[in-house]
Amino acid sequence: MTEFLENAPIALLAWFLGILGSFGVPGWMLEIISALIVIGTVIGIFLGLFALASVMERKILARVQNRFGPNRVGPFGLFQPVADGIKMITKEDLVPRGADRIVHFLAPVVMMVPALLVLAILPYGRGMVPAELDAGILYFFAVGAGTEVAVFMAGWGSNNKYSMLGAMRAIAQLISYEIPLVMSGITAAMIAGSLMPSAIVAAQGGFIFGFIPQWFVLTPWGFTAGLIFYIGALAESNRSPFDLPEGESELVAGHLTEYSGFKYATFFMAEYVGMFAICGMLVTLFLGGWQAPLPFLTIIPSWAWFLGKVCFVAFTMIWVRATLPRLRIDHLLAFAWKFLLPMSFAAFFSAACWHFAGRGLVAWLLSLAIVAIPYLAFGIHFSSRFAISRRTYRFSE
Amino acid sequence: MKSGMRKAETGEDGVLAHVPLPQKILSGLSFPGSGLLKGLVVTIRNFAGSYFEKDRLTTEQYPEERPVLPENARSFPFLIYDGEDPEAGMRCVSCKICEKECPPQCIYIIQDRDEAGKALKRPRVFDIDISVCMSCQICVEVCPFDSIRMDQDYELSSYDRFGSLMLDKPKLLKSNTYYHRIHPTEAAETDARLEADRKKKEAAAAAKAAAKKEPAKPAEGAP
Repeated sequence: MTEFLENAPIALLAWFLGILGSFGVPGWMLEIISALIVIGTVIGIFLGLFALASVMERKILARVQNRFGPNRVGPFGLFQPVADGIKMITKEDLVPRGADRIVHFLAPVVMMVPALLVLAILPYGRGMVPAELDAGILYFFAVGAGTEVAVFMAGWGSNNKYSMLGAMRAIAQLISYEIPLVMSGITAAMIAGSLMPSAIVAAQGGFIFGFIPQWFVLTPWGFTAGLIFYIGALAESNRSPFDLPEGESELVAGHLTEYSGFKYATFFMAEYVGMFAICGMLVTLFLGGWQAPLPFLTIIPSWAWFLGKVCFVAFTMIWVRATLPRLRIDHLLAFAWKFLLPMSFAAFFSAACWHFAGRGLVAWLLSLAIVAIPYLAFGIHFSSRFAISRRTYRFSE
Repeated sequence: MKSGMRKAETGEDGVLAHVPLPQKILSGLSFPGSGLLKGLVVTIRNFAGSYFEKDRLTTEQYPEERPVLPENARSFPFLIYDGEDPEAGMRCVSCKICEKECPPQCIYIIQDRDEAGKALKRPRVFDIDISVCMSCQICVEVCPFDSIRMDQDYELSSYDRFGSLMLDKPKLLKSNTYYHRIHPTEAAETDARLEADRKKKEAAAAAKAAAKKEPAKPAEGAP
């Protein structure tokens, strides 16, 4: 049963292609059909996740605030995305008169394409990678950076001061957080000795003493780097508390101000798909990818583990959104450059020490010290600097 | 339900008290970043609590769950009739005091007349435009015949701006039983007063009739 479920997706594809082959479909066409089926499945699953997330996010936020959330459309309100989709499609698609029409039109497309492209290199299960790239991690970050262009296109093309301000904030934020994100992601690649996602997942396989999984997140450097990656992922996917580019209290809706109807829906979709993609990357790099957490749990197929972990990380992102207020733009950038970047260097160094100290208990403690000392030092430094005190006025008194 | 919610809120340091999760988790700890974790604990406790404690969810899911209105809740005026027949038991005598007192002038009354043109003590037309009515209850306070009272029906929205918001006499007339159901205290008080008035009137009439039957005796001691 386990074997069957584990191999079910691949076996199903092989079976279907076998049938096509028996009808005399040539080999090159089979390859194209196979690729199209894989692409369709991956995109379909992630758009399904987007639909689910859009309603679950509202329900979870509601529950945190002791409300019910959407529960009218269908059972438990699960058909809400359908209603939202119909609403979005039938809405009027407004383009401002002063807008750069081509850029305004292209921005949602340019936003959507990288969000879908990065899905290609994630290992969804044992041997289930749509595109097995040697430099998959590099590809992920390089393509993922394309969304920044889209955000700026949206801000520029709208010809609206709020859109423009939002886009400029977005560029500042995305570029700032890209660095700690990549720096922390690199640690995992460094320890695994490969930029290939499936190799990084393989490096996290197996169990110490037969029950402790060898996920990178369970090492001090991996925990630190994973946390930095998580914070960076929040910022990259424009999610609260880093949702300044569309901070409605000061910027209407940032770069989304002049978008309505299906273009807005496309932005929304790209944001969620991008969020799931970066959750998938976090799971691959630090949470052991499709590996089961305990040996006896391997009866659950690997792709289910991957999906479950991605959903869990997405849930924590919603949880964080329900908890933390939005930052101020200078605090946001200071946090990236003055705290996250040095800490990601510490994690990097710590990972190197862990590797060269033999990956044992001593290495574990050494690596803990290397990340804990700077963390506490930063904590003391910042808490003394930003201690709550009586406000002093320089000019008005 | 409301009091249960109040009770749940009054925990120590404003955190919900009787939650199955450990109450004092992290509260003694203080390290860089501990504030974030404390915040996350508060939100997850509310998240989990909303599934286990029904009194956290204060939402009334309206069409299925309806609020129990307080007795003095009021929407728009209606006319009371006694007995079974609305026309026969109508208390209104068409005195038009409410029409005159109504601040937004949403009441419109035409007195009924018989064939001879003699005014009858009942209205032929009694309209209230509830798109104009401001629910001030002045008509109720001025009515000397306890005939107009405030309703509690709040589901009055319609697709028609004019016709269905103009309540005419058949729509306005509601039985005394209905009045007792929506405002029990007030209705009992009114009924008791009306009953007392009726008895007093009867007693007065009886006394008058008795006085008529026996012509008044000359006062004793008079010459």
